[in-house]
Amino acid sequence: MTKPPIELTGIHKAFGELEVLRGVDLSVERGEVVVLMGPSGSGKTTLVRCMNLLEEPDSGHVRICDCAFSCGASRDGRGRARLMQRARQQTGMVFQQFNLFPHMTALGNVIEGPRQVRKLPTAEAIALGERLLDRVGLADKRDVHPSRLSGGQKQRVAIARALAMEPEVVLFDEPTSALDPELHAEVLEVIQELAGDGMTMVIVTHETHFAREVADRIVFMDGGVVVEDATAEAFFTRPSKERVRTFLRLVDHSGAVVDAPAPRVGEEAV
Amino acid sequence: MDMLVDSFPMLLRGLGITLLLGVVSFVLGSALGALVALARISAFRVLRGSAIMYVSIFRGTPLLIQIMIIYFGLPQLGVQLEPIPSAILALSLFAGAYLSENFRGGILGVDKGQWEAASSIGMPYWRTFRRIIFPQAIRIATPAVGGRFIALMKDTSLASVVTVVELTRVAESIGNANFRYMEAFLMIGAMYWLINTLLSVGQGMLERRLGKAYA
Repeated sequence: MTKPPIELTGIHKAFGELEVLRGVDLSVERGEVVVLMGPSGSGKTTLVRCMNLLEEPDSGHVRICDCAFSCGASRDGRGRARLMQRARQQTGMVFQQFNLFPHMTALGNVIEGPRQVRKLPTAEAIALGERLLDRVGLADKRDVHPSRLSGGQKQRVAIARALAMEPEVVLFDEPTSALDPELHAEVLEVIQELAGDGMTMVIVTHETHFAREVADRIVFMDGGVVVEDATAEAFFTRPSKERVRTFLRLVDHSGAVVDAPAPRVGEEAV
Repeated sequence: MDMLVDSFPMLLRGLGITLLLGVVSFVLGSALGALVALARISAFRVLRGSAIMYVSIFRGTPLLIQIMIIYFGLPQLGVQLEPIPSAILALSLFAGAYLSENFRGGILGVDKGQWEAASSIGMPYWRTFRRIIFPQAIRIATPAVGGRFIALMKDTSLASVVTVVELTRVAESIGNANFRYMEAFLMIGAMYWLINTLLSVGQGMLERRLGKAYA
């Protein structure tokens, strides 16, 4: 067995006074689909952002494939920026707000990484881009700018953009939260297909139904720590912690939070 | 009518000089403004501090005084510049201060998620700036920059005080020669207005072009 592609140890992160992560250890095995769940403010978005160092932990160790980082006091200095770029090339990220490049077409978005970062020849990058757009069902939107796409289509282009780096792991930060309910399915289907292809993924989501179907493992967070880490089956049928049982009661079958506790100030938005 | 015909070649030359001052200063000022905007958002405190200082001085003092310091003052320090280079230098420095703020606004106006998306695909800082941020910042900054270009065109008339024979100076001498001040100044007023109308039409076209992807 090779080393897990993502390994976090002793991760702490605070935004000012607010301690968002208070000592998290988590590793993600190759081919595994891990879903991060938890109430708003539990630190799951911050945690997934630590997995490609978009958020720099205050302390702890992050290993992303063959790149290892120490954070905080023992933070490694020289060559870090380059190492970070390498780590990020091996992890794709899909954002809640899509973050497509608005001045580029759908294809332009997808081939930007292959062209500019992986330095593929143009023809090869275009072939790859077209293949990926086809895979997310948007071959016909090749030359369309993001402003002309629906939210669901934007997110699918964003997934194709992440895949174009041929990453070891794809991270999803609430990929459907900004979408109208009727557009969730088309995005979730694409993610599900990726899971079927054996892609390693970490997904932050509130969609319990989807989580149950797609996840190998569910990691439940609350108050900046991991409360439960179980197989999807065990998590939903026999959660060991009262906190998880309460959460599952509050969330209806479609995934909407019916009566969540008031979110704490400024957390998930960071 | 005779007056118009007689002074036509002069007016034409004046117009040429006015356009030269405006366009060259805008180009130099833009280059300077872009550098200053980058300095202003850089991680180096010294660069940031110098940029802030520069903007503060050149926005905080009248252009007329800047022109006079450069043309009349600098010779005392042994730096003697011809009238046109003096005017271009002053106008560029002055425009650069304003333009740097326009550019900075454009850069800061680009959504933070764009930086994140670019770094999530492993793109280095400068390439992100060039490929992702800059094209969007330009679009955001265009209305303000266009306004600055128009203001600069009008500001070139101050070059007349350091003996540059641009439109305003030409009008003065036409007036002095035959006391037809009203006609002379109305004439060049119309010329400035025409230049700036063309500039704002151009700006509108540019905005539509840059906005195409967003429609």
